[in-house]
Amino acid sequence: MKLALGPNLYYWSQDKQQEFYSAIATSPVDIVYLGETVCSRRHLIRLPDWLELAQKLTDAGKEVVLSTQTLIESESDLKTLRRITNNKTFRVEANDMGAARLLNEQGIPFVAGQTLNVYNPSTLNLMAKLGAMRWVIPMEMSRVALMPMQAARPEGLETEVFSYGRMPLAFSARCFTARHYNLPKDDCQFRCIDHADGLTLNTREGEAFLVLNGIQTQSAKVNNLLGEVWELQKAGVDILRISPQAFHTPRMVQLFRDTMDEKITPQKALRTMQKLMPESACDGYWHGKPGLDRLYADSMTD
Amino acid sequence: MPHENKMELVCPAGSLPALKVAVDNGADCVYMGFRDNTNARNFAGLNFDIATAREGVRYAHSHGAKVLLALNTYPQSSGSEKWLTAIDNAHHLGIDAVILADPGLMQYACDTYPDLRLHLSVQGSATNYEAINFYHQQFGIQRAVLPRVLALKQVEQLMQNTPVEIELFGFGGLCVMVEGRCSLSSYVTGESPNTCGVCSPAKSVQWKQTAAGLESHLNGVLIDRYADSENAGYPTLCKGRFNVAGATYYAIEEPTSLNTLELLPDLMRMGIAAIKIEGRQRSPAYVAKVTRVWREAIGACRRNPDKFNIKPAWMTDLGKLSEGQQSTLGAYNRPWK
Repeated sequence: MKLALGPNLYYWSQDKQQEFYSAIATSPVDIVYLGETVCSRRHLIRLPDWLELAQKLTDAGKEVVLSTQTLIESESDLKTLRRITNNKTFRVEANDMGAARLLNEQGIPFVAGQTLNVYNPSTLNLMAKLGAMRWVIPMEMSRVALMPMQAARPEGLETEVFSYGRMPLAFSARCFTARHYNLPKDDCQFRCIDHADGLTLNTREGEAFLVLNGIQTQSAKVNNLLGEVWELQKAGVDILRISPQAFHTPRMVQLFRDTMDEKITPQKALRTMQKLMPESACDGYWHGKPGLDRLYADSMTD
Repeated sequence: MPHENKMELVCPAGSLPALKVAVDNGADCVYMGFRDNTNARNFAGLNFDIATAREGVRYAHSHGAKVLLALNTYPQSSGSEKWLTAIDNAHHLGIDAVILADPGLMQYACDTYPDLRLHLSVQGSATNYEAINFYHQQFGIQRAVLPRVLALKQVEQLMQNTPVEIELFGFGGLCVMVEGRCSLSSYVTGESPNTCGVCSPAKSVQWKQTAAGLESHLNGVLIDRYADSENAGYPTLCKGRFNVAGATYYAIEEPTSLNTLELLPDLMRMGIAAIKIEGRQRSPAYVAKVTRVWREAIGACRRNPDKFNIKPAWMTDLGKLSEGQQSTLGAYNRPWK
């Protein structure tokens, strides 16, 4: 199995971003997804910068994939999208059917992203026919639901599973970060930059429930399938995705790698992780339960 | 404008009585679902079996109205036969169009029944013309229902770049999130619109009277707490009050409904093919009232678009039927975002 680093879902300063990807360049991750997938107003890093970074990471031996914006609303969003799908160098992850269409038209193989809603074998086969060389399973898909997909998938199609990080659960036209600050979206003053891991939404009982990240809503809990590495492998999963968090991401990558290489046990790795995660772990979706449930027994000893 | 005089009023039918009153009050089309998880209003006691569907089609057709069938959930990896059978049944029943979200199902429908008209459901999350043209090119969809996220200007631009007819939500429950890309409900309850055809399902709701007030919980998660003076609403999880950085407020959206009546002249001028009324889960009385108001308003606007005035009585009637008695123009009006 390979390890992938998903696109950074947050908005960081250029310095922080640069520092982050420098560390990633030397981390044991095989694939790096780059690009702004959440909000077109986030402008500190533009496409030429992403392409430059993509080249650097390629030189460092990583497979680089450019991820497209998930919610495409305007002509200017489409312009950016076309610039990405027309880049002749790097593979593209399509996060909207519009992106899939543009890539299909050019006959370019692509990664079918999570939000394309590939829930059943006929849709999976259709995406493969249109040019998908890899697909990322929907966030909600369980191990049991994945099995028939794996059995039916066309030869050579790779399967990727979101295995670590706060889960993107919803997208809106409304910016919830701007709303929090009573600012209109068009004059948001880029407040996302003050929240490197998003803005936590608590219930009135003080339970961390969701995370507001601009127009995206995430789980507060961290989806963590480290304890399921062998199950994932048995299920024929090719790639595990780690989603960037503001802190300790290279460390998390290392812990996954070491567990996969059997250098440490999942139990030991998880004990280390517990101190480094922004919130407690969950893994409900993988087990066919509510996403926020935690089924894996963290307290298990070696 | 080619569609100007054709704008259809598409009304919800959660039951045969609702279907009949929609037709009686002037709906051009009614939309319905079968009694299972093949549609996104999979609620207990709602929807149609084959016999009631047949009677519904007969009633609508004999009164000159069309019937659309929502098959807009995503077949899960095992058991997609139920969805395929539903398409077979739609064809046999003489349904005028099926509303689909899943590409695999669209492929089946256009391969098996080339004469069956396909509409792209709002659950298909198509918010731009490249996506809509994808479904048109691959499966020949003839109409797309847009997610409630675009500003009116964006809708207009989209329409200039696609041959596909556009249907917009005009009134009813407001999804703040892009439909088809929201799994908040399954995060909390295990069931979502995409997988089960439900959002914040009733079986996961618990009400608790506490010293702090009446509380609504969804599978144990506190969604809202009401003071004695407040009216409690259904705990749809994006419409609860939460705490963000010390402030307690409707962090995602207030309990409110969409009402676009004042946009009607613009929508007509733009050539919107159809206006959709949300609410298959609502009563026949709701359907009758909303249909009557919109029928009258569309008629008035068609006769004299430049001098279209909203009658106060329409707004009063619709206001009473809105969630929390509040309404909004939603994303069609840019400041909402």
